[in-house]
This record gives sequence, C-alpha cells and structure tokens, in this order.
Amino acid sequence: MAKLTYIKAITDGLDQVLQNDPKTLIFGEDVGKNGGVFRTTEGLQDKYGTDRVFDTPLAESGILGMSIGLSLTGWRPIPEIQFMGFTMEAVDSIGGQMSRNRFRSSGDISMPITIRTPFGGGTHTAELHGDSLEGLFIGIPGLRVVTPANPYDAKGMIIAAVENNDPVLFMENLKLYRSMKAEVPEGHYTVPLDKANVVREGSDITIVAYSAEVNEALKVADKLEKENISVEVIDLRSLSPIDDETIFASIDKTHKVVIAQEAQKMTGAGAKVAADIAEKDIMSLDAPIGRVAAPDSIFPFAMAENDWLPDADDIEDKVREILNY
Amino acid sequence: MAAEDKQVVDFAKIKSTMSDPYKKPIQVIDENGKIVNQELFDRFSDDDLVNLMEKMVWERALHEQTMNFSRQGRLGFYAPTYGEEASEMGTASAMKKQDYLFPAYRDLPQLIQHGATVKEGYLWSKGHYQCYDYFREGVRAWIPQIIIGAQYVQAAGAALGIKKNGEKDTVAYAFTGDGGTSQGDFYEGVNFASSFQAPAVFFVQNNGWAISVPRNTQTAAETLAQKGVASGVPGTQVDGMDILATYLVAKDARDFAAAGNGPVLVETLTYRFGAHSSAGDDPSRYRTKEQEKPWFDRDPLIRLRKVLTDKKLWDQDKEDQLVAQYKDEFKQAMKDAEAAPKQKISDFLKHTFEVPTPDVAADIKKFEAKESK
Repeated sequence: MAKLTYIKAITDGLDQVLQNDPKTLIFGEDVGKNGGVFRTTEGLQDKYGTDRVFDTPLAESGILGMSIGLSLTGWRPIPEIQFMGFTMEAVDSIGGQMSRNRFRSSGDISMPITIRTPFGGGTHTAELHGDSLEGLFIGIPGLRVVTPANPYDAKGMIIAAVENNDPVLFMENLKLYRSMKAEVPEGHYTVPLDKANVVREGSDITIVAYSAEVNEALKVADKLEKENISVEVIDLRSLSPIDDETIFASIDKTHKVVIAQEAQKMTGAGAKVAADIAEKDIMSLDAPIGRVAAPDSIFPFAMAENDWLPDADDIEDKVREILNY
Repeated sequence: MAAEDKQVVDFAKIKSTMSDPYKKPIQVIDENGKIVNQELFDRFSDDDLVNLMEKMVWERALHEQTMNFSRQGRLGFYAPTYGEEASEMGTASAMKKQDYLFPAYRDLPQLIQHGATVKEGYLWSKGHYQCYDYFREGVRAWIPQIIIGAQYVQAAGAALGIKKNGEKDTVAYAFTGDGGTSQGDFYEGVNFASSFQAPAVFFVQNNGWAISVPRNTQTAAETLAQKGVASGVPGTQVDGMDILATYLVAKDARDFAAAGNGPVLVETLTYRFGAHSSAGDDPSRYRTKEQEKPWFDRDPLIRLRKVLTDKKLWDQDKEDQLVAQYKDEFKQAMKDAEAAPKQKISDFLKHTFEVPTPDVAADIKKFEAKESK
C-alpha cells in the first residue's frame, strides 16, 4: 500500500472512476491542462483526453447548470467549483434545480452529479476561499453533503460519491490537502457516504467532529489519555444526512458529548447533531451538550485566521468543562 | 497629457450603429395580411399554411379554455399565452422529436406540441406530480422552468451532452422572455454553448413585458438578438406575430445548430396581450390601451386568417368547428386531470433520494401509516 497525501488520494479516486465508467466527466475552471489550481486533477486530462477532462468558461452557475443538462443526456458529471465560496454563484443550480429532479420526476430522472470543492481555514487565502459553507447546503433535501478527514476516506468517499445516483457536494479540506499522508489501498474501494466513523475509541466522553476538527479532536484525546481520561472521537464524514446511530451508540457508553466544527456556531452541522441528540437520546447524557465552533462573525481576514479558528485548545477546554459538570 | 481634442475611438458612432445588423425583423406577411415576401411565402404548401393556422387556433383555444378553468378556480399558476401564438407555434413547428426542449413557464403550448399532454399541463398548473409523466413517456422535454434563466445553462449542458453522445440532427431548444435576457444565467448559457460549439437554439420571446417592467428597462441595447454577439453567437430578430417568418427563421436556426456550427439566438418580436399570470396581475396598472392597440392590430391570427381566406383555404365555420372540437378535448383533459389520484407524501419522500436517509426513511414510515388509514 502506498502512502498518499489527502489530495493525491482524491486524484487516485478520480482516476478510478474515470477508468471504470466511460460516462464520467471532469470539468471546471483550470482542471484540464493545469490539473486544477491545487493539482487535484493533475495528469487526468493527459490520461483520459480533453473529451473527458476539460476546462470551462469561468462561471460557476454555468458549470453546475451545464452539469444538469449533461446528466439529462446520460452523462455522470464531476464538476469542480474552485473554492467553496464560489458556490454562492451557483446556489440555484444546487438547491433550486439538481437536488429536486428525482422528486420532480417521481424517481425517473436521477442527477448523478458530484460537486467537488475545497474549503477550510488555516491556509491564509483571499476572502471567500476558506469559508465553511456546509450550513447553507445541509438544509437542502435531495442533496448529500460529505467531507473526508483523511486520505483513506478521501479516496473511498470520492469513488462512492461519483457512483451514487444523487447529487453529492464533496467538500475537500484545503489545509489537509498536503498536510496529511496515510496508507491508501490501490484500486477500487468505497467508503459509505452516510456512515460516521469512530476514529478513536474511548469511554469517558465523545467528541463528534468533522474535517480538520477531527485531527484537533485526536490531539485532545492523545493529551488527555496521559491523565487517564479516555476520549472517543467520531468523524461524521457525512454532514447530510447525519449518522445518528453511530453517535447515539457512543454517547450511550460515554454519557458526555462535545461537538466540534470549524464553521461559525450559527451554521455548520453541529446544531443538527445537537438537535438530534436532544430530540432522541438526551436521557443518555449526564451533562449538557458541549459545542465548539468559530464565533459568529464573517470568516476573518487571513492574518487573523489562527485566532478565530477553533483548535485543540478550545476543544480541550470544552471537554474539561463538560467532564467537570 | 496628449491633446484631448481629438478622439481616438468614436464611441458615439459605435453605439449608434452597433445594433444595425440585428434589427431587421424578418417578415413574410404583414399585419394587414399582405404578402411582403413572395419568395418566402411560396415555400409553404397550402397544407403547410392550414396546418400552421390550425396550430395557432389550437393555442388560442387552449388559452381561452384555460382562462375559463382558471376563473372557475380549477387551476393554480397559469401564464397566459394570448398574443404569442405565432411565436410559440412557429418555433415549435421547427422542432424535431429528438430535440431536447427547455421551456419556461409560459411555454406549455410548445411542451404539448413536443409530446406532453394537455392533462399534464393542467396537472402542472394545479400542482400534481403526474404533470411530469412525460419524462417516463420518453418526451425529450424538461420542466417549464420557474427560475428565469436556469433553463439556458441547462440547455447548454444538454447541447454539449448531445454533441458528446454523437447524436446527429439533434439540438437543445430553449426559451426565455425579454426579462430573461437580463439574468446572468442567460449569458452563461449562451456563452457556454458557444465555447463548446454545442448545438443549442436559444429563443427570446420578446413580448414587451416582464410582469410590469417594460422591455426598455431590461437593457439599453436596441435589440435582444444582439445579445449573442458578445459570446460569438449569431442572432436575428423575426416578426414574432408572423408565424411563417417565425417558422422559417426557427428552422434555419435549428439547421445551423444541428449542422455543428454552434448555437444560435433568435429574438421573436411578440406581445403579451393579457396579464403576466392568472393570479391577479392587472396590466392596466402599468400600460395603457393606447400602447396596447398597435399590438392587437398585429394579432398573428388575423393576418394568416386573411391570407388563407383569400386563398379559399379557410372560413369562419371551419375555425368555429375546430375551436369547439379543441375545447371539448381540453374539457376532457381537465376531467382527466381532476381524476388524478390523491398524492402521497410518502411518495415524495421516496423520491427525495435513491436510497432514503435514516430521517427520510422514518418519515416514509410515519406517512405510510397515516396514508393507510
């Protein structure tokens, strides 16, 4: 098994789906010859040709609107939106159109579209490049929203997303692209799109996190282990739907939970997790639900990002507060 | 700085002439029923002429009967087509069965001409999921689009899909109105289709009004036909009250796109005789009878009726009989629509995802239990 970065794992997964299904198409801004501004699609145009991997004019609504027309004519589009902030230009195509088509057609027409888009703070990008905008999209019926937190999941989930017959918003974490490397199997495998993953078992408290916050949670678990505090860490992986079963199984055991996200507290997936626990499993808890999130300001100017983003220290403080409740 | 008294670029001249190539609406018969282009007129056989007249009579009868149903409270949202019969039936007549149609909400007549049923049209208005049964029946038409402009970017994608599939003599056929040309998606759709040289035919049915906002507020451009030129797409205006001209232009546009020359843009000059929708819009709030008068004189049925009557191909009895026959069909369609089964929320839930999520699955159970009572 080769050790791959998070980004190379995605490239490997895209290579698999292009190879396995001749109806798959990758397109977007700079994804062709340039291989994407982050090189996620590097080498794929050379390997599969300009008919399958190609650049488009610079217009996000056009890119996603075109994906709908391509789906209607039998193709399986994998459009890239260069940064998640740019999805703002294409909200109708996502929420007004593609997510509704199975419903409109009583199941006759599916929209097997996988929208790949990078997001996430900590890389000091220009405005509207790093924002966590999943909160805008997890409230759209008919749309799956997923985000992997490690290279193994990145490959298995991108393959599963493309093979899925519903539209999937596939969020790739910018900071993890090259900072994470792990063993990734060769060839075809999938990771389910609707299952959370217990990435570390523990018995005293559960941290539910996703994307880069999973790594922050793992740092906390490592640190507290030295004090004989046993932390269970769950990586949501899917933000819509939320895998309540895995979360409830964990809190039934630990009776305490902290939910960590990079997005502002008013948005993101954490509120839905908290609501599900409150609605369906509140009696398992012997302390309030703890939440760690960014403050409810606009995503900050780049030089202030590290002061704004929730990190391991913030999670640790909240975990101690809940443990000592 | 250098001398400021001498212009390098004569922007005033460019501005005053830039629309010139696009503002010669093609016409075959004028509003008095006079044949103004005999050569083009002679391309139509007697049967063709009668057929086109019948289609316009059909569309007007559909409009009248539908407004009746609407006044009786038997329909939901309906966008009247009164006045736009030549524009809609002329363009629709150039479409082929294999073409993908992307209509807007005022384009139910083209959708029905392409294979959907009147019953489905009524179900669409009433709000019933069986309105889209035409997908299942293999009709290559998409939904009557509510979001202005969205159909243009989707049509560009379908046109690219057609090209990639290697389908010959097939195009994507998209409609919007004058207001639609202001939407970003309008330009993105035209430009994407152009960039990929994909077979799309874009129609702008310029009926003068976007609800209450007149055409001149949408843009200072003298024509909407020229809106393609910035993206390398040829365009033309046609007299959209003249079905013969509209058909010929639509056919040329379709042939051009289908032959692999890239997309085309056609502006049909027409008029919305009635309200924007059946839901309370009152045109007297924003336009006068005097403004409307010249357009009513251009009624597309009047001019072709005169030509056909002169040629002894048409008479009022024939028209009355046809209208009565069509209206009977529409009444039957309404009865069929009203007999559609009660919709189940559990069905909606089942069609939200291919594999229901846990929350959706729980709701399916909940609603199935309710619905079985």
